Amino acid sequence: MGMTLAERILAQAAGRDTVTAGEFVVADIGVALLHDIFAARVFGLLQEVGFEELFDPDRTIVVVDHLVPAPTAEAAAAHQKIREHVVRLGIGTFYDAGEGICHQLLPERGHVRPGSLIVGTDSHSTTYGALGAGGTGIGTSDMVYALATGKLWFRVPETIRFEMTGSLDAGVSWKDVILYLAGRYGADAAQYKAMEFAGPAVATTDMSSRLTVSNMAVEMGAKFGIFAADEVTDAYLRDHGGEGCEPYEPDVDAQYEAVYDVPLSDLAPQVAMPNEVDRVGPIEEVEGITIDQAFIGSCTNGRIEDLRAAAEILHGQKVAPGVRLLVAPASRQVMQEAMDTGVLASLIDAGATVLAPGCGPCFGGHGGLLGPGERCIGTHNRNFTGRMGAAQAEIYLASPATVAASAIVGRVADPRTMEVAAIG
Amino acid sequence: MGNDVMSGRVWKFDHDISTDVLSPGQYALDPVDVRKLHVLESVNPAFAPEVKPGDVVIAGRNFGCGSSRETAPENLKALGVACVVTESLGRLFMRNAVAVGLPVLVCTGVHAAFADGDNIEVELATGTVRNVASGAELQGESLPPEMLEILDAGGILAVLRAQRGA
Ligand code: SF4
Repeated sequence: MGMTLAERILAQAAGRDTVTAGEFVVADIGVALLHDIFAARVFGLLQEVGFEELFDPDRTIVVVDHLVPAPTAEAAAAHQKIREHVVRLGIGTFYDAGEGICHQLLPERGHVRPGSLIVGTDSHSTTYGALGAGGTGIGTSDMVYALATGKLWFRVPETIRFEMTGSLDAGVSWKDVILYLAGRYGADAAQYKAMEFAGPAVATTDMSSRLTVSNMAVEMGAKFGIFAADEVTDAYLRDHGGEGCEPYEPDVDAQYEAVYDVPLSDLAPQVAMPNEVDRVGPIEEVEGITIDQAFIGSCTNGRIEDLRAAAEILHGQKVAPGVRLLVAPASRQVMQEAMDTGVLASLIDAGATVLAPGCGPCFGGHGGLLGPGERCIGTHNRNFTGRMGAAQAEIYLASPATVAASAIVGRVADPRTMEVAAIG
Repeated sequence: MGNDVMSGRVWKFDHDISTDVLSPGQYALDPVDVRKLHVLESVNPAFAPEVKPGDVVIAGRNFGCGSSRETAPENLKALGVACVVTESLGRLFMRNAVAVGLPVLVCTGVHAAFADGDNIEVELATGTVRNVASGAELQGESLPPEMLEILDAGGILAVLRAQRGA
């Protein structure tokens, strides 16, 4: 029987010819990712259990991205500890504060290969599915086990395949598509399952859009959110760290739990409303709601393509009085490119506050939190109660274009009604 | 643990209780003794101060959705919660609960069958859930043996220690 992408990846990692959905396997870890919220804890526990060495320091990546630059003395102390552990354990790849968000850096710096099994101490590790990898989040204890042994147990998930057809209108992006899927199918539609994104509309999608979609697969409960590797993947890999790839696809006779046809033509910009990622409607439903803050950034939509889409709308315009526009590039490279291409200038001219590359306000850490009753529209991935500060604040999620349009108007606004300048 | 019957007071919650509610981001780096005081405070401020060891958390769909933070089940365990019984569970929460040794059970109908403050009995190995007052009995999906084994050992680190010792 043929295998889905998720089955193929887990079979390969478990050293098996085939696996089927529902069975438990012990799989070899391809890459292990830790970030600054959990790294010190994981390394401390590892020592406590009696392990002074990692299964493979060269396949372990540590990123300081959540509390950057350190907003408190405690965070700074945690970062000091992480640096000590990184040296002690001889960790091959360490991205310190300011380099960027982990889920941006792994693809951008060439650490993600199709077919690889990548575990991270972060739920949005599903992002790596954009390159045909099996990326998934695990907790700290599981990470300790993975780092000690190089292995971890997995239940082979059932796969739901999304067949996308048609093409997106101007002003509509793949952020709108994944928000639409969350709204249409629900936040637990893919609970314990893998999502596979396919169909003619996918073939022409750029890597930045795929990263956005795979990133948010976890908002539908998914363990993996995978695209087949194709020419787009091959070109991206060559541009980011060296070798290209062969196509990596599911078998034609793979078994799916469900196949959903998703026509994309005529899709309107989508907005997720507080406080659930699957409370989604077309922009018409929320247009005109006043906002206090607009946020462009995060591992979902902090790439150069996202900043450019926002800048094209903000160019020559001003952020509405009383609205704070925050922009956090997903990495230093993104920031550099935004600077070189005039994207950053357009954003700053319009009134944006540019934050350090990193997570910042996305998870309610620091650098632009919300007060009680405040409303924010952002390009990030979660709008749960308390996610960006006060529990009484409201978070709307949308595309970079929608957030930029809203920042100008001071209310949730439709990017299709705005003038678009060519930048970069 | 797998064969025991657990019994305690029910603390009932709704659907889509996220890890941001179970372990708010502001306290991410704090020790567990601090973190546990903020569990679920944005939906029920009385929970953390009043929950007793052996009590059981009941919730609707998608409990523990959201981030990979293992502090979510760890906080509940630190408060003495004996078991979490829900209509469905976030994947990472389930994985992490097993990893830290907090028993969880998925049981359709549990949300409607219990009110806050009821007494409940849970038999983990068989997946049976009983409302002590009404006598109503529900059948949950018992955990696969691979997961029960880790729970029985007390979590994945206990498994690792045992392997290390072996
Ligand atoms: S940007 Fe937000 S969602 Fe992404 S890793 Fe950072 S905190 Fe998590």
